[in-house]
Amino acid sequence: MADTLVLFSPELSLAGMAVVFFACALTRPHALLLQAAAMAFALMALIASTFTYASGGVLFAGAYRVDSFSQTFKILISLGMLLVVWLGTGLRGVKRSVRPEYYFFFALSCLGLMMMCSATELLTILLSLEISSFAVYILIPLRFGVGQRAPLEAGIKYILFGLVATGITLYGMSYLFGLTGTTELVAMMAALPRPLSLQPLALIGLVMMLCGIFYKLALFPMHFWMPDIFVGAAHETTAFVATIPKIAATALLIRVVTLCGPSQQLSTMLAIMAVLSMTLGNLLALAQEDIKRLLAYSSIAHAGYLIIGVLCIEPFGLLSSMYYIYGYLWMSLACFFVIYNLSDDGRNIRFRDLRGLYKRSPIMAGVLVLGAIGLAGLPPTIGFTGKFMIFAAALKQKHYWLVGLAVFNVCISAFYYLRLVRAAYSNVEQETEHIELGAAARLMCLLIIVAIIAGGLLPQNFLSLARGGLLAIMP
Amino acid sequence: MEEYLLFNSPGYPVLSYIMLMPLVGALVCHVLRDDLALRIWGLIVTVLTALASLPLYMLFDRTSARYQFAEVRAWIPALDLNYVVGVDGISVLLVLLTTLMMPLCILCSWHFIRDRLAEFIIVLLLMEAAMIGVFISLNTVLFYIFWEGMLVPMYLLIAVWGGPRKDYASIKFFLYTLAGSVFLLLALIVLYVQTDTFFIPELMSAELTFPLQMLIFISCAVAFAIKIPLYPFHTWLPVAHVEAPTAGSVILASLLLKMGCYGFLRLALPIAPDAARFCAPVMIGLALVSIVLGGCLALAQTDIKRLIAYSSVAHMGFATLGIFLFSSQGIRGALLQMINHGVVTGALFIGVGMLYERTGSREIHNNSGLSMLMPAFVAFMALFGLAAMGFPGTNGFVGEFLIMLAAFGVSPPAAALLVPGVVLGAAYMLRLLQKLIWADCDGVYCLPVHAGDGFYVTLRDLSAREWCLMAVLAAPVVWVGLYPGPLLDIMNCSVEHLLLHCAAP
Repeated sequence: MADTLVLFSPELSLAGMAVVFFACALTRPHALLLQAAAMAFALMALIASTFTYASGGVLFAGAYRVDSFSQTFKILISLGMLLVVWLGTGLRGVKRSVRPEYYFFFALSCLGLMMMCSATELLTILLSLEISSFAVYILIPLRFGVGQRAPLEAGIKYILFGLVATGITLYGMSYLFGLTGTTELVAMMAALPRPLSLQPLALIGLVMMLCGIFYKLALFPMHFWMPDIFVGAAHETTAFVATIPKIAATALLIRVVTLCGPSQQLSTMLAIMAVLSMTLGNLLALAQEDIKRLLAYSSIAHAGYLIIGVLCIEPFGLLSSMYYIYGYLWMSLACFFVIYNLSDDGRNIRFRDLRGLYKRSPIMAGVLVLGAIGLAGLPPTIGFTGKFMIFAAALKQKHYWLVGLAVFNVCISAFYYLRLVRAAYSNVEQETEHIELGAAARLMCLLIIVAIIAGGLLPQNFLSLARGGLLAIMP
Repeated sequence: MEEYLLFNSPGYPVLSYIMLMPLVGALVCHVLRDDLALRIWGLIVTVLTALASLPLYMLFDRTSARYQFAEVRAWIPALDLNYVVGVDGISVLLVLLTTLMMPLCILCSWHFIRDRLAEFIIVLLLMEAAMIGVFISLNTVLFYIFWEGMLVPMYLLIAVWGGPRKDYASIKFFLYTLAGSVFLLLALIVLYVQTDTFFIPELMSAELTFPLQMLIFISCAVAFAIKIPLYPFHTWLPVAHVEAPTAGSVILASLLLKMGCYGFLRLALPIAPDAARFCAPVMIGLALVSIVLGGCLALAQTDIKRLIAYSSVAHMGFATLGIFLFSSQGIRGALLQMINHGVVTGALFIGVGMLYERTGSREIHNNSGLSMLMPAFVAFMALFGLAAMGFPGTNGFVGEFLIMLAAFGVSPPAAALLVPGVVLGAAYMLRLLQKLIWADCDGVYCLPVHAGDGFYVTLRDLSAREWCLMAVLAAPVVWVGLYPGPLLDIMNCSVEHLLLHCAAP
């Protein structure tokens, strides 16, 4: 029992966080206090996941596996939580009266995402997917300062698309259950016929089940929700939705594909989605004026790059994907950091708002440039090292066309990332006021800069952590 | 790995030092507030880097083709990736050229850059670190990181401190070179996947099949041809040059364009020798077209900067030609041509910058007839102009002469086509010098038109700082022109080794 509690401690800290903020909702504490408490809980989850990294066990009658792999992702999720809460200092985009509730649902959603990393049984998977989604359904409309319509529309869209994705997932699960007679992921994958092409139903079922994960990743064809949700939700919420669910989805995806084992058919399916996702995301991003909408499409494209590593279904490819999602967390938070701090009244940022940023706040312009060139995949950033590893892994598996198309996409994407840089460094005629950042925000700037550059040049620490995790689940 | 390297650093890891010093210097710039302090700090850092790089010349072992001053450190064990740096006879002069040009870049923008000075110095220092990094990397990943690392600072240099069409110029530069670079990245990854190593000397000795070599060579050639820039990839260069600030133009012409040729010598030729020989006629053809086309276009320009930009296309065509002749004289001539072009074109751009600071125009007809007003300036410009057209006694002559010698030895028809290129070079340079120095002052376009509003008298001759700049650049022009022996010696072993490696079986 005590053992179970220890293994479950990261989730328990988040559950504790939810309870505490639920209680807080009865009183109205100061925003800074709320933020400090949220960060403390996130830190607690981070420490708990780090301490349980080396231990492993199966909980809840085989429905829940704690191993180095799940703990690696829980470390990433709690790190992401910490950064997202830190980024949203002051919760400017959320109405004062609902701030404790905001953190309550935030904690619940992260709890669901953490559970997703450990879920090894269809019901647990569904449960974790739903816990995380339902909380986000409520988070999205909680926006202050831009009227009711856009946030509500975003919320409704997220619910509708989410329900469709869940439906497809359930449908796929029913196929798999019908074929194998079990809901245990390990037993189920072992019972599937090999190669998968012997039983097309298995492949269809598998891909349909993965649709729930693709929804979280915003991979084509489950990407439709992303742009509208990005534009409609508050910046803090967007920073969260853009990063942490993707981490958890990557975890589950990697777990499923490793259990499934190398499969030509699955790789091809994923490759098609990756190509469509990259191309669609990058081409549509070219035309955007709203920065968050641009980042939404870029996020769709990045889901495509990420999948290239996963579809190799061998350790190096999976390792590169883990590294990539870690890098993506930092790079996308860099962009959201700038958006959040630039938009003092919570409105959406367009290209013209970025003009002259380098005069108004040099350090923020620096952060934006690093984020943008990182996302574009230029060295010496974490995004370059990630893309480099992913392409190397894919070329090792002889996916020449795939890498060719991906490289072509990198060229397309460079244009709109460069637009960000150009906007930030363009001159403005009239004098604009200087943006003063608080000490915490300045510290975060430095942290982001160091993480993006040092993470790219010296990736060894993270790689050994991730490799340890992968070894725990490789058959 | 050790058999390729020579660990003869003079007590300190000289290559890492000169690469890191600008980076550390750039960090310090963040805390400096005063403009003068920033300028002086930038100068101190670049001069110290230059001084620290001098042992490379003095202690270089001229009898060894191995990579000298080498350093090896474990970097990313997960990928079996090491931090390996070293220089050989091919790269050592380019490193020295970089470290020696950078103080001049700071000096030439001493008064001209007033806006965002801290960022300007930072960007220059980042450029320096990245460029040195490219020349010293012995590992493809490291090479690529530095290669791409040059891109963003150069982009910012044009986009922030550039002329009126800077947006167009900077984005064209960026996208062009990025498109080239991703091909390079692809080639490097394919190489890694095939050979399981990132270490360049080991890649050189890997036996690759001919189709694979072709793939590698063509991908690399696209990347490098864009950087050189070789016809038909040259269109980004004039725009970028015209819009860039003086220091940007100097870096672009003197150092950045060398990356392409260096890439051929360091990666494309040794790793894919069969493909390189197979493609040599095409490359020679493109080089010839660049020489003639660059010369013709330069002849048609009225903007001095554009003229020099097109002359760069022609000069780098010479260097490319020299490389693909696969003869000792050709490659040594090409290397010398790269150094010469770096010095001479850098000097010409600095000269144009000085003119622009005085007259506010880069048009030839607004800057003509200066011999009475700025005698020292026109004397220096004449020297550099003569060097650019390869006049005997200047450094330009030695490089072009070696290349032509090699060309006559290898393929007389190609060499015959070089002759119009040389004549064109003389034509556009003499036309520029003639207008600049003696142009007819009665003409409509001459300076006296402006004399009425006091424009005329404000043209000062060179200040002490400018004297210093020009004299520092003039010294190697004369020295290499009269006594190129030491430079040729230093590259000898490595060039022979490269040729031996690339020789047909």
